[in-house]
Amino acid sequence: MGRIETAFSQSHKEGKPGFIPFITAGDPDLATTTELLVELGNSGATVIELGVPFSDPMADGPVIQRASERALRHGFGLSEVLACAAAARARIATPIVLFSYFNPLLQYGVEKLASDAARAGVDGVLVTDLIPEEAVQFAATLKSHNLDMILLVAPTSTDARLQLIATHASGFVYAVSRAGVTGARENLSEQAELLVKRVRQFSSLPVAVGFGISKAEQVAATLRYADAAVVGSALVAQIEMRAGAPNLVPEIGKFARSLIPAGVQTR
Amino acid sequence: MAEVESQPDELGHWGIYGGRYVPETLMAPLEELTAAYQAARVDAAFAAELAALLQNFAGRPTPLSFAARLTDHSRGARIYLKREDLLHTGAHKINNTLGQVLLARRMGKRRVIAETGAGQHGVATATVCALFGLDCVVYMGAEDMRRQALNVFRMQLLGAEVRAVDAGSRTLKDAINEALRDWVTNVADTYYLLGSALGPHPYPVMVRDFQTVIGLEARAQIVEREGRLPDVLVACVGGGSNSIGLFHPFLGDDKVRMVGVEAGGRGNELGQHAARFNQTGGGRPGVLQGTMSYVLQDANGQIANTHSISAGLDYASIGPEHASLHDSGRVEYTSVSDAEALKAFQLLAKLEGIIPALESAHAVAHAIKLAAELTPDEIVLVNLSGRGDKDVNTVQESLESKT
Ligand SMILES: Cc1ncc(COP(=O)(O)O)c(C=O)c1O
Repeated sequence: MGRIETAFSQSHKEGKPGFIPFITAGDPDLATTTELLVELGNSGATVIELGVPFSDPMADGPVIQRASERALRHGFGLSEVLACAAAARARIATPIVLFSYFNPLLQYGVEKLASDAARAGVDGVLVTDLIPEEAVQFAATLKSHNLDMILLVAPTSTDARLQLIATHASGFVYAVSRAGVTGARENLSEQAELLVKRVRQFSSLPVAVGFGISKAEQVAATLRYADAAVVGSALVAQIEMRAGAPNLVPEIGKFARSLIPAGVQTR
Repeated sequence: MAEVESQPDELGHWGIYGGRYVPETLMAPLEELTAAYQAARVDAAFAAELAALLQNFAGRPTPLSFAARLTDHSRGARIYLKREDLLHTGAHKINNTLGQVLLARRMGKRRVIAETGAGQHGVATATVCALFGLDCVVYMGAEDMRRQALNVFRMQLLGAEVRAVDAGSRTLKDAINEALRDWVTNVADTYYLLGSALGPHPYPVMVRDFQTVIGLEARAQIVEREGRLPDVLVACVGGGSNSIGLFHPFLGDDKVRMVGVEAGGRGNELGQHAARFNQTGGGRPGVLQGTMSYVLQDANGQIANTHSISAGLDYASIGPEHASLHDSGRVEYTSVSDAEALKAFQLLAKLEGIIPALESAHAVAHAIKLAAELTPDEIVLVNLSGRGDKDVNTVQESLESKT
């Protein structure tokens, strides 16, 4: 069992809610990203998703698009992102998952990415635009470096696809709550619960639900049927709003903690 | 007919190129689209309906014109022009939109979305949606809306909603991102009518198939006129649809040379051109918008901004089949600068009485150079992918700014 699955079963045993915050590396700047990772790790995150900014984030809504644009203005590459992860890893044990589009990883070199990421203390990689059919070599390379390959499932996924994904996924399965791009929604769809039920027919991995979750009540509602709730855009919007404020990091920690329901019994 | 070896595998790969690099949400709709297309492709009724529309609505077959004065001017090979500019809506784009709109209807989709660069594909999409009474939303980069204001109004007249995209370089690439975001959100009732031989499988092969009518006609026409095949085919390459449509039916004819002409823009540095095969200028294999192909990008894999005087060639990647044809050497690729394209635009107007689209002017510019190196026994066949009405303002601005 990798560090990610261990973290899930640990928090499950302790009755802690599964909570996965997402931030974009380099937003507002790389030094702050490291501090945010540490703060989120200390605020009860089960896993942290670290977004690699990309010029053409076709699966993202406006909030994360803007975060990518802000980050890219600093003009850094993947090694700097991995350096953030490594610096945080020295201070927290929380698993870190790189969340990226494929091209930045491909250009860095898949083998180099896997070895450098493992050395930086990264635990898994999720590639938004990489489906298992195209990930054969990528999956093998991650595996040889003991990195988990997190895969997405969507409400549109057929049973055949859920089965395929289940055979290739490790760490956890990321269930997209609804057809659409990232971004907060007032109401969560009922599709998510149905999807999680369907995933469990094919996989015994923990299932996290994301896309659209922005409030404590939504986190709590999600945890009634899923192992973790992912909060991305809502957190990134807070970072955008508070960029430049001296107390940005503790404020984000406070916001993250406000999303985690106290004493909610996960499944 | 030369039925060619160049078919992708089941998941749309030509070697390492092509495939499907998309969020999982789009996989089911892509599989549904692939199945619907495979069924339509072998259905005689579909073929007959499309052929009738191409003839009676779009104006096919298009003529093959001998360019006598351009030939004299070049003092070399005889130049023929395949007149896609004469099609309804003014470019080859209608061949593809008619094919895909029939497919959308078969699939029971009521809402059609599209991206557009020059506006030609947007106009062609708005046109077929009007023809069949479907809702139509076209995404267009804000910069392109400025460059192609006339086409924006045309789309609106045709009943389409044009949505400005204000992200990134505000051109075709950004419009595709936004169309993909719309599709991922509205997969159930929406058909994404992609305009070039790009994107995830099955689009590159499907769009190509709908455009091969160009090459099939041209082949029959030149054989009838000259009693033989041409020596060289020339076409401009944006996403790659008019060029692959011309080239594909000739791929098996080893003696026919083929040249794809990319946008050289105003210089060799990354950001100043849209020549994806210009490897010193930042083009190399990568993944953009659902497919693996050559991509203009920086060292970190961030997609570069591009420049071309012609909005329709101004794109950071190229259809995956072209990447494969490039690597195999079967097709040669070259580029033509903004200035050369402008010159060819004016030359064709004066010598042949044809105002070409700026995209097509790139092909004409290269054909003139090439013809001059060949002999009068040789034949160069150029795809005139569109007419230049939409570009008259751009050309005027550009000529005035120089004087
Ligand atoms: C007239 C014309 N030619 C060529 C192109 C380039 O596209 P493609 O390479 O797909 O033919 C366009 C695109 O807008 C166009 O309008």
